[in-house]
Amino acid sequence: MNAPTEPTRKLRVATTSLAGCFGCHMSFLDIDERLFDLLPLIEFDRTPLTDIKHCGPCDIGIVEGGICNAENVHVLREFRANCKVLIAIGACAVTGGLPAQRNHLDLADCLQEVYVTEVSLSKGGIPNDPELPLPLDKVHPIHEVVKVDYFIPGCPPSADAIWKFLTDLIAGRTPKLGHGLISYD
Amino acid sequence: MPEQTELREVLAAIVQRHAGAPTRLLQVLRDVQDVRGWIEPEAIALLGDLLGLPAARVEGVAGFYSFLRTDRPARYHILFSDNITDRMRGNTALLDYLCGKLLVERGHVSEDGLVRVDFTSCTGLCDQGPGLLVNGWAIPNTNIERLDCIAQLVLDQAPVTEWPADLFSIQDNIRRRDILLGHDLQPGDALRAAVARGSESAAEAAANARSWREANIAAPQGPLAVLDEIKRAGLRGRGGAGFTTGLKWEACRNASGPMRYVVCNADEGEPGTFKDRVLLSGYADLVFEGMTVCAYAIGAGQGFLYLRGEYRHLLAPLEETLARRRAAGLLGKDIAGLKGFDFDIQIHLGAGAYVCGEESALIESLEGKRGIPRNRPPYPVTHGYLQRPTTVNNVETFCAAALIAAKGGDWYRVIGTAKSAGTKVLSVSGDCARPGIYEYPFGTPVRQVLADCGAVNTQAVQISGPSGVCIAADEFDRRIAFEDLPTAGAFMVFDQSRDMFQVARNFAHFFAHESCGFCTPCRVGTTMLKATMDKIAAGHGTPYDLAEIEKLDRVLHQSAHCGLGHTACNPTLDTLRRFRPTYEKRLKSLDFEPAFDLDGALARARRMTGRDDAGAHLSTEATE
Amino acid sequence: MSDTQTFLLDGEEIPFAPGQTVIQAALAAGHYIPHLCYHPEFKPHGSCKVCTVKVGNRTAASCTLPAQAGLEVESASDEMNDLRRTLVQMLFAEGNHFCPSCEKSGNCALQALGYDLGVMTAGFRHLFPDRPVDASHPDLLLDFNRCILCELCVRASCEVDGKCVFALSGRGIDKHLIVNAPSGRLEDTDVALTDKAVQVCPVGVILKKRVGFAQPIGARRYDASPISAQALADAPRAPAGDGRCAACEEAEEK
Repeated sequence: MNAPTEPTRKLRVATTSLAGCFGCHMSFLDIDERLFDLLPLIEFDRTPLTDIKHCGPCDIGIVEGGICNAENVHVLREFRANCKVLIAIGACAVTGGLPAQRNHLDLADCLQEVYVTEVSLSKGGIPNDPELPLPLDKVHPIHEVVKVDYFIPGCPPSADAIWKFLTDLIAGRTPKLGHGLISYD
Repeated sequence: MPEQTELREVLAAIVQRHAGAPTRLLQVLRDVQDVRGWIEPEAIALLGDLLGLPAARVEGVAGFYSFLRTDRPARYHILFSDNITDRMRGNTALLDYLCGKLLVERGHVSEDGLVRVDFTSCTGLCDQGPGLLVNGWAIPNTNIERLDCIAQLVLDQAPVTEWPADLFSIQDNIRRRDILLGHDLQPGDALRAAVARGSESAAEAAANARSWREANIAAPQGPLAVLDEIKRAGLRGRGGAGFTTGLKWEACRNASGPMRYVVCNADEGEPGTFKDRVLLSGYADLVFEGMTVCAYAIGAGQGFLYLRGEYRHLLAPLEETLARRRAAGLLGKDIAGLKGFDFDIQIHLGAGAYVCGEESALIESLEGKRGIPRNRPPYPVTHGYLQRPTTVNNVETFCAAALIAAKGGDWYRVIGTAKSAGTKVLSVSGDCARPGIYEYPFGTPVRQVLADCGAVNTQAVQISGPSGVCIAADEFDRRIAFEDLPTAGAFMVFDQSRDMFQVARNFAHFFAHESCGFCTPCRVGTTMLKATMDKIAAGHGTPYDLAEIEKLDRVLHQSAHCGLGHTACNPTLDTLRRFRPTYEKRLKSLDFEPAFDLDGALARARRMTGRDDAGAHLSTEATE
Repeated sequence: MSDTQTFLLDGEEIPFAPGQTVIQAALAAGHYIPHLCYHPEFKPHGSCKVCTVKVGNRTAASCTLPAQAGLEVESASDEMNDLRRTLVQMLFAEGNHFCPSCEKSGNCALQALGYDLGVMTAGFRHLFPDRPVDASHPDLLLDFNRCILCELCVRASCEVDGKCVFALSGRGIDKHLIVNAPSGRLEDTDVALTDKAVQVCPVGVILKKRVGFAQPIGARRYDASPISAQALADAPRAPAGDGRCAACEEAEEK
């Protein structure tokens, strides 16, 4: 194992899932017992694990999922404003991924189909509740909205890939995934 | 199916007119569109059948050239020239005005199939712009009055052939003549001199020879003597690249093949260039004479003049000139009375593709294909038209060759500079009192051209069009010459009121529109450059975007397939270097900005939900 | 002693036969140069530009660059690999490449090249073009979203199958693959499952129906070893076509 030496201060890490499926977070947890090696080095800020609602100043921000609605934009901006290093993790954050496959459809047609035409869902028409984030006309990878420092592709990236990437990063090496770890699917 | 039978008859007649030759596919498609208003799907299948080609190949060619329409028929296709000089003369507002009058949306065929209005790349009327094309026929000096007239003619459905002639009246605007534009040759003079030169030089050689063995008086001496004069003149190609003409002709002459070809590149597509239009309208005999001299020197039997589609109005007069020359024994069999000197010229009309100005793409187009530049080597001099030896030269080069054939290489060589012999014909446009055609000896400083054309408060000059170089005021002492400012002839003047960023952005759009799409770097890179320039124009640019432009430039220079891609970022880089503040003042911030309009991307959802609350909007700046 | 001519590739001597291009000689000699539209069975046409190398101060696509004695070719440099990465990124940004839902994943040359070059993101804005699929044919699916315009199917159909089922239309960023049928649908062409054109697609455009995802992850072609390790095994293949099409290039034959 490639355990990094302990830094003087714990690195603060925030993670979030935007237009994603939390699969990348699951894969992150798949590093299993290696979490114990990681925990002396990092502490979590906003993540789905801590349930902290807003991101404070952090060293590393890890973003899963693409940008499909206004709320995604707000969260992504919050991460970018607070994280020294921003990492796009997974196919959706890197390329738009599965949600971006709606991009060749007209958004109005989508809403119409889902909320009006489709009988089982059509009660009440297209919702206009201000609490609901409005969808963007297309789904975008996050690097089209903010500056992104690193990318870990994969659907999801394997636990080994995430481990290799994070340990490289924490140890101050430029992260490099070789054959078998870099994957787009 | 009577309609199908009728279509087949129409197409068969057109194909017949072109001798059923697949090499004439582009000409056939042009004719079909003239008759039908578009290239309909049924026509594509039938043409494949009639020409013995896969229908997909016919469709591929039809889909390549921007003047060929495969979407919907329109009785009138009206295209506004969209060079920066046309923009400066208000073409955008004029286009909107005409669309308003005709109740059409730009780029769409009207509901009744009557008319379609759109932009097109520079049509070569920059000295009398804005230019436009109606079904391919050029109209200069577009203004409100003329558009009123055009709109009425369209609504009255008057055939374009019956429109008032003065709409189509195009001026030569020759402002300065030198040896070429002021020549005094009669048709046939240069040719007769060329043929005679052989015997003269042979006689001279014989007179100086110490023995008969050293005096080679064999028949090929004539063509070789002409070649020698061209080399002695130091003539270099006038299309911009400046390859030595004598070497090109010699290589072609020495290449073996069942037939050799002479091709005149009159696909003058570089925005801001229109000197070939004037040479072809006022000096056609000299052009053809030069081509025939070339044929004599290299032993070619067939010539082509590749005329850009925008110059369709020149086709009929050029055909008349050819007919006159045939009648005078200057084309056809036994030219100038020389037994076995057989040569004729066919005119091939383009259909809106700048890339066909690249010589190997031009040859592909001549062969009836998509205009994709070939891999080189081999070069056209050995593997050109139909893979046979072919000499491709610019219109102006052939004119100069005719002069040299008549008056000799030594006479020519002393004009201009040591490395750039002769004169250059410039197409001057933009912010000046007297736009038009100016011929100067090589070595003339930019400053003198500016003075002569009446340019004041000049901020910049774009030399040789978008693929050339943009120079600022501190460089106006630089000279028009291969060793300093090589040029294909465009000379666009921008005064202090002009925004050089918008000039570069116009050129970025041009390259993206004209990229043939063959290679990855150009196909995608020109698209990315255009998008980045539009982002900066919309006020969302950042230093990241400037860095991306520099990266694109590097990639295009390193890996693009042809000159179009290599030079596509030049106008942007040139203006970034010389007019950086015009970019910087547009930059939104030092921070990253989204690649697209975030709030605009919510508009559709707002409309569908009827929401307009604060949460239904996104600020462009990140405020979190 | 031999009179075999050689050139230098990254400092190593590469022998070549007359008529070979730099990439052909390099692959035959066991030296990999990254490439995409080049295929050992077809005449190189040089459109993807991934195989670009440096020769002196100039750059050229090594698949179309004729080998010459004494050339000093630089390929495995940071500069050339940076360029290749950018070109691969451009291809990813241009089309709709959703690897997780693509049945060619694991067997795709574009993806494998991305892995090998360390492409972590398309970098550029994604163009997300609208390219409908053609599922008309009973046995074949055409998913144009993944087309990288390498023209291998075009070349194979013309030169090997003699059918010209595929061709290109449009220009610039609108360039696209078309099929040879008035309807524009694959079912109306004479394509056959045994056609070379059907087998040659390096990405997931031309797919046989009902055999998707047949190999589990781990057993796919590029799971085992990177494309750079596999390309060499392909290199010494005999050409399948002569670079000409009797139907399309009839003009030249006259």
